[in-house]
Amino acid sequence: MTFGIVVFPGSNCDADVAHVVGTVLGQPWRYVWHLETSLAGIDCVVLPGGFSYGDHLRPGAIARFSPIMESVARHAAAGGLTIGICNGFQVLVEAGLLPGALLRNEALEFRCGWVDMTVERADTPFTRMYRPGQVVRMPIAHGDGRYFVTDEPTDVVLRYVDNPNGSMGAVAGIANHRGNVFGLMPHPERCSELDLGGIDGLGIFRSIVRELAGAR
Amino acid sequence: MNVTTLLAPAILDMVALSIDEYRLIVERLGRTPTGVEIGMFGSMWSEHCGYKNSKPLLRLFPTQAPWVLQGPGENAGVVDIGDGLAIAMKMESHNHPSAVEPHEGAATGVGGIIRDIFTMGARPIAILDALRFGPLDSARNRYLFQGVVGGISAYGNCIGVPTVGGDISFAECYRGNPLVNVMAVGLLRHDDLIRATATGAGDVLILVGSDTGRDGIHGASGLASRELSAEREEQRPTVQVGNPFIEKLLIEACLELLRDGRHHIVGLQDLGAAGITSAVVEVAAKSGTGVEIDVAKVARRESGMSAYEVMLSESQERMLVIARAGHESVVRAIFDKWELHSDVIGLVTSDGIVCVRDGDVVECEVPAKLFAEAPTHRRQGVRPIVLDRLASFDPESLAPEPDLNAALATLLAHPDVASKRSVYRQYDHTVQTNTLVAPGDGDAAVLRIKGTRRAVALSTDCTSRYCQLDPRAGGAIAVAEACRNVASSGARPIAITDCLNFGNPEKLEIYYQLEEAISGMADACRALSVPVISGNVSLYNETDGTPIYPTPMVGALGLIDDADSRLTAGFRAEGHVVAVVGSAEASLGGSLYLAAIHGVVAGRLPHFDAQAEAALHAFLVAAAGERLLMSCHDLSDGGFAVALAESAIIGRIGCNCDVVASDRRPEAILFSEGQSRAVVSFEAAALPALRDLATRHGVPFQTIGAVGGKNIRVNSWIDIAVDSAHDTWAYALERAAADVESRP
Repeated sequence: MTFGIVVFPGSNCDADVAHVVGTVLGQPWRYVWHLETSLAGIDCVVLPGGFSYGDHLRPGAIARFSPIMESVARHAAAGGLTIGICNGFQVLVEAGLLPGALLRNEALEFRCGWVDMTVERADTPFTRMYRPGQVVRMPIAHGDGRYFVTDEPTDVVLRYVDNPNGSMGAVAGIANHRGNVFGLMPHPERCSELDLGGIDGLGIFRSIVRELAGAR
Repeated sequence: MNVTTLLAPAILDMVALSIDEYRLIVERLGRTPTGVEIGMFGSMWSEHCGYKNSKPLLRLFPTQAPWVLQGPGENAGVVDIGDGLAIAMKMESHNHPSAVEPHEGAATGVGGIIRDIFTMGARPIAILDALRFGPLDSARNRYLFQGVVGGISAYGNCIGVPTVGGDISFAECYRGNPLVNVMAVGLLRHDDLIRATATGAGDVLILVGSDTGRDGIHGASGLASRELSAEREEQRPTVQVGNPFIEKLLIEACLELLRDGRHHIVGLQDLGAAGITSAVVEVAAKSGTGVEIDVAKVARRESGMSAYEVMLSESQERMLVIARAGHESVVRAIFDKWELHSDVIGLVTSDGIVCVRDGDVVECEVPAKLFAEAPTHRRQGVRPIVLDRLASFDPESLAPEPDLNAALATLLAHPDVASKRSVYRQYDHTVQTNTLVAPGDGDAAVLRIKGTRRAVALSTDCTSRYCQLDPRAGGAIAVAEACRNVASSGARPIAITDCLNFGNPEKLEIYYQLEEAISGMADACRALSVPVISGNVSLYNETDGTPIYPTPMVGALGLIDDADSRLTAGFRAEGHVVAVVGSAEASLGGSLYLAAIHGVVAGRLPHFDAQAEAALHAFLVAAAGERLLMSCHDLSDGGFAVALAESAIIGRIGCNCDVVASDRRPEAILFSEGQSRAVVSFEAAALPALRDLATRHGVPFQTIGAVGGKNIRVNSWIDIAVDSAHDTWAYALERAAADVESRP
């Protein structure tokens, strides 16, 4: 069971995810440089937060053309677990692996702080450690997190209690219909240790670990 | 621009050299300098690079301690924090660029200081910003404030370095001249420490990062904007435009180079003020070598650039790598991986000469020492006469405060005191997952050091009102306050960095302020055993001949051996005992109360005793280490009443307190800014141990009441609901910054 943490030029949260997966949870992981084309041996792909390609053009718009993204799409299509956090979520929607788009925050400013969210779906491989309807608290840190989709948002996994960015339907995180691809704006890796003010993010990583352990 | 055809006086004016300095150059060179050489001298002998006015005074600072691995003189100072780890830190100003173009000015300020940190081999782990603006009653100041905050946000967030703290205040003296001081902090292993030096002849100079353009020419010598913008259409603004994405790539590439390719390189030097010029001169001067570079090999952003422009460009996001001969392809391969352009632009030589060629044409041939040894000026400062008049002001000559609750509310709503949340929510302060005490929670930011039990505490501070009234005491208090913030987080202060913002030092009254403030800072550093490990000087902060208040900004670093003993400022629970540690005379001289409520910046400052300050720090660190305290908040702007109210507001719980009513007026007891004090809370069971500890440290310790209830109450003077105080405090800055309609 190995986590593959994709590193694009401009990724910022790759080391933070590696710290939680490797040091906090003791799980195997490796970085996957964006020019690589193989995900051999990787069970869960993590697209971490940051500013891939400096957010030039649009967040995620350039990263989605990185060579590794073809493999990520194949991995997802084959049912492999794929999670995009913050900029990783933006890359996933740009790549068409999740529906919708992430627009500039309603306040036209970057927002960093803690937000409360309700767990709308506790039946995905990423959220089984939560109770349905549970309120979880995680940090956000983004300028382009306003979720938008032309139809009603579906497969909403996390919903803000107090919408910090004007997201349609207060969407904080969504999954694809099959449930194996998950994107969220908050940073679970920043709240997986008590020292950092909360451990509500740990449930996501633990859910993945359990899912992968069960799959073997 | 063909400089050589211009007349000497015009050139001198453009590069900010005096006629005397020009004569000195001719004398030392034994010939007339070329145009390129004049430009390079102008930059290297500028105050910004050459510290002409400040160098003799900076020698007053204590810079040594057993834990100092690198003092002033390198790109950043470095101190040991144990476990084979070290912290690199430095503060730097970007005042004038931010006054011209606040967003880019502040953004490139962040970029510049971050490069100083990873140039030492350290991974940048924190940014702090010390900002000063004119009052928010003008649209211009609101624009500058929002632009600067937006620029810091855009740049800092993109490079993935958390902006964890800083301080912001507003005063009339900054109306035309805001201050943007950025402090950056990095973490490194001792083994990774690298300096900007060459080993000897044959080392290869590689320029990496952004292409070189016409931006920022004469940024260092400073007069350029006026001279350059008037008539010449090919000229560009002197404010550089930053690209944080390239910076992020440079951080990762340079740190990868140090990790995987350390033996291929001998030194790193960032390109800041005066661009390639200062980078190569500093390398050569420090190493006792020469350098030979060919500007034709420098990749350009635009065609037609002269050697002069290439040498003085301050294009951002560039680094100079000093590689071992024959190893350049390995080094460049790492940069290629990160999609960064690099070029070999020259070699280290043994003759001590800085030789600049443009293809076959020699444009400069000057001993590095000549560039590096700017003439220094030692002046006899003159004490401003106004100081005596200001000191003689007696706050008791004012009518007694009719409404103490209203006065407290006014202070809580003052932009200097009010919550800065509307600012720091624009900064990513949680990336890198080390932030244990975030902005708004404590007196200092506290970051854990992964893999150890340790944490570091960081703070910036300077109350320029004090420096205006008494530069020596004000300088000392700036050091004390920054270190007190750190100690109030449970950390032992171990080093400071500084950024000295003053007016024109050629005016003898300003020189007096500079000399006095530095002397006061140096005295406080000695008393508190904190060395100055790096710093920056920003002079000529004047608008239409009116100087800013002297503002020697101080950034303090503290060390916590066990991160679990960190302290925060908010009251924690009903029933905890509240006490004031330290004592000071109740005098309103220089206080925010006088400034905010009576519009007066005057009076004699309450006496500052550096030994009492040191004792307070030792007590707080010991009490935190023994887990005796539940909260700690130092007394600063607004004095005791504001500190108490903030602890209640942050904790969202009231307190019931009674202090000894002396013969002084209540407002003096409540709002005096006497130094070396803190408000603490703790469980009743800890009281005997705390009393004992206070006695041992010789620190006055007075219990004054208990945490609890919905109101903040002090004697019969203050009784205000926590919720209402919170709302006043929480939204005042945001409201003032957004207020476009109701004010002129």
